Amino acid sequence: MSNTTSETGRKLTGKRFRLDRPELLAPAGNLEKLKFAVHYGADAVYIGGQKYGLRSNADNFSFEEMREGVEFAAKYGAKVFVATNIYAHNEDIEGLEEYLKNLEEVGIAAIIAADPIIVETALRVAPKLEVHLSTQQSTLNWQAVKFWKDEGLPRVVLAREASLEEIAEIKEHVDIEIEAFIHGAMCSSFSGRCVLSNHFTDRDSNRGGCCQSCRWKYDLFIDAEQFEDNGEQFTMGSKDLCMIEHLPDLIEVGIDSFKIEGRMKSIHYVATVVNAYRQAIDSYFEDPENYKLKPEWLEEINKAANRPLNTGFFYDTPGAEDHIYGPEDKGSPYDFAGIVLDYDAETGIATIQQRNHFKPGQEVEFVGPGGTFFKQIVGELADKEGNKLDAARHPLQEIHMAVEQPVKRMDMMRKRIGKG
Amino acid sequence: MTVKKPELLVTASNLEELQRLIAAGADAVLIGDSRFGTRVPGEFTLGQMAEAVSIAKQADRDVRIYVAMNNIVDNKMVDELPAYVTELERIGVDAVAFGDPAVLMAVRANAPKLKLHWNAEMTSTNHDTANFWGRRGATRFVCARELNMEQIAGMKAKTNLEVQVQVHGMTNIYHSKRSLVQSYMDFKKLAEGAGATGDEADMYLMEADRPDERYPIFEDSNGTHIMSADDVCMIENLQELMEANIDSFKIEGLLKSVEYNETVVRAYRAAIDAYCKAPDHYRFQDEWLEAIQAKQDPNRELSYGFFYKEQVY
Repeated sequence: MSNTTSETGRKLTGKRFRLDRPELLAPAGNLEKLKFAVHYGADAVYIGGQKYGLRSNADNFSFEEMREGVEFAAKYGAKVFVATNIYAHNEDIEGLEEYLKNLEEVGIAAIIAADPIIVETALRVAPKLEVHLSTQQSTLNWQAVKFWKDEGLPRVVLAREASLEEIAEIKEHVDIEIEAFIHGAMCSSFSGRCVLSNHFTDRDSNRGGCCQSCRWKYDLFIDAEQFEDNGEQFTMGSKDLCMIEHLPDLIEVGIDSFKIEGRMKSIHYVATVVNAYRQAIDSYFEDPENYKLKPEWLEEINKAANRPLNTGFFYDTPGAEDHIYGPEDKGSPYDFAGIVLDYDAETGIATIQQRNHFKPGQEVEFVGPGGTFFKQIVGELADKEGNKLDAARHPLQEIHMAVEQPVKRMDMMRKRIGKG
Repeated sequence: MTVKKPELLVTASNLEELQRLIAAGADAVLIGDSRFGTRVPGEFTLGQMAEAVSIAKQADRDVRIYVAMNNIVDNKMVDELPAYVTELERIGVDAVAFGDPAVLMAVRANAPKLKLHWNAEMTSTNHDTANFWGRRGATRFVCARELNMEQIAGMKAKTNLEVQVQVHGMTNIYHSKRSLVQSYMDFKKLAEGAGATGDEADMYLMEADRPDERYPIFEDSNGTHIMSADDVCMIENLQELMEANIDSFKIEGLLKSVEYNETVVRAYRAAIDAYCKAPDHYRFQDEWLEAIQAKQDPNRELSYGFFYKEQVY
């Protein structure tokens, strides 16, 4: 990753271009998701280990799985980061040094840490491990960024509350890599500054126990009167962030790493979102002046989205239209149906691993890295032994099926929900 | 046996309250200005802060004035920090409470006599991190309210910093930069009329499964704040904290009347004095708690906060 700012790319038009590509950083809740994220174009992935991470409900990686993930990613020139982003309590510190040394030993490129003691310990005991300051530190100003740079950190993940203007100011003041969330779910609070889970369910949010109480519904009382007893209730729940339509702004302001949220999300979600941003970034750098958003990138993202989308704090503080009052929409009428394991070019038969029920007559889409894409109607299905099937019913079952265009291993098949 | 007296610290919303709380027995008062401090109970100009310092000096004992500078700092605020901390030092403020490294850097560069109290609210969770900030200039560690007694009691053995613990009042449980009440009002198309704006009314949230709990919510220039439904009250068990050599006991006076805060300060003053006079003969007096209960909002339970709670994650 280069440290150069966008000034190197400034053109006579006054518009800023930059020559170095930002990193596309994707979440990976487990080894399989890691492989898909990398295969679909992530430059780096971040994962959780067995300790010190904020997603205690995710699968989380053993050191062995990390090693395998690092090896897989290396074939693509991609890096693996580990989130060690809890705020530790006294009793959590024991074992920290050994854990960090193990991360270094298995080839992890960086940790993402919030608690200064984790930051400092890593710098001391695992010098090959880069330390990136987590968004959980709610860093919003250049002075604090400089503080962390002076501590020895090459990168800061800013608070999600940072606007493009503030990011530009920070880049002007400090020569450091800046990472920002560009897609995915958002805490509506300053990250880390919320203990609703602790109060409602005795689960410690800052050690991975968040139960998303901000998305619950509440009654608001004003001067002891219930504000309104019918209609939609009060909530803090935010729409999800999506910056695919504003990529040049993110690139030109000098953000070094574009981060996608979602270690709890599916393979289909991660691969689809990565795929769209990968194409958009590459397309921009092929010809910055004539860059245009392709509608299919946004369509693809909408097929994976779980919630309505917005632009977070990049342009403005979110208002009424940025929160989800009423039911949380499932944005997409599509469902992940299978993964291509193999393809026989002679016969045109693909071997597909079932990830959701599908059957003959149903409309499906095939998607691969770089935007390969086609639709077809499912024809005859057979199992591995050649027995004809009336439907693909069993999770992970290997299905043989004729495809109308060539497909590749790790292409995805999705179906339209409610059709057929 | 004599013991070092812990400090009794309370917030104040204005000079009159400050004066009354010092008279009631406070050893230190935390005040602020919402440009730099989050969830300050009232606004103090620099002139009023200077007056607060002189009121403290007139007391018959050593009384200190602290200023809240615990905002999450943005670029604009960075530019204002040097002049502000220079002024605070000049008027004789004893310490500032901070959670953002930008404040620490501004104080070190411009106002080295100001003491630094590290208070990052719910993220100040362990002694090693306290020591990290100690090595960079902090002299006091304000424990997160979500720690338990065992964790707090273990602090003094592991840090040379002063340790401050909140013993009474409400705690913040959620802080957003968004104006969530206003957004909701806008969504409901009912934003007209001054009565419906978030910063003036007395507001709280209720959740269907917790009908007895009322969570205060308010909005200001720093965003939306949601507060605990209960008030921590450790008066019965203060002995445990005194035995743990905690340096400062904080009473949070936010959203409380002066009379209430005065009553609470008196009760804790009596308990601390009784303990320090004769630790071996100390006994909790029911009247201390009863005085607080008499002033307590019946809709808000007095609780032990997280002191004796088991949390999972």
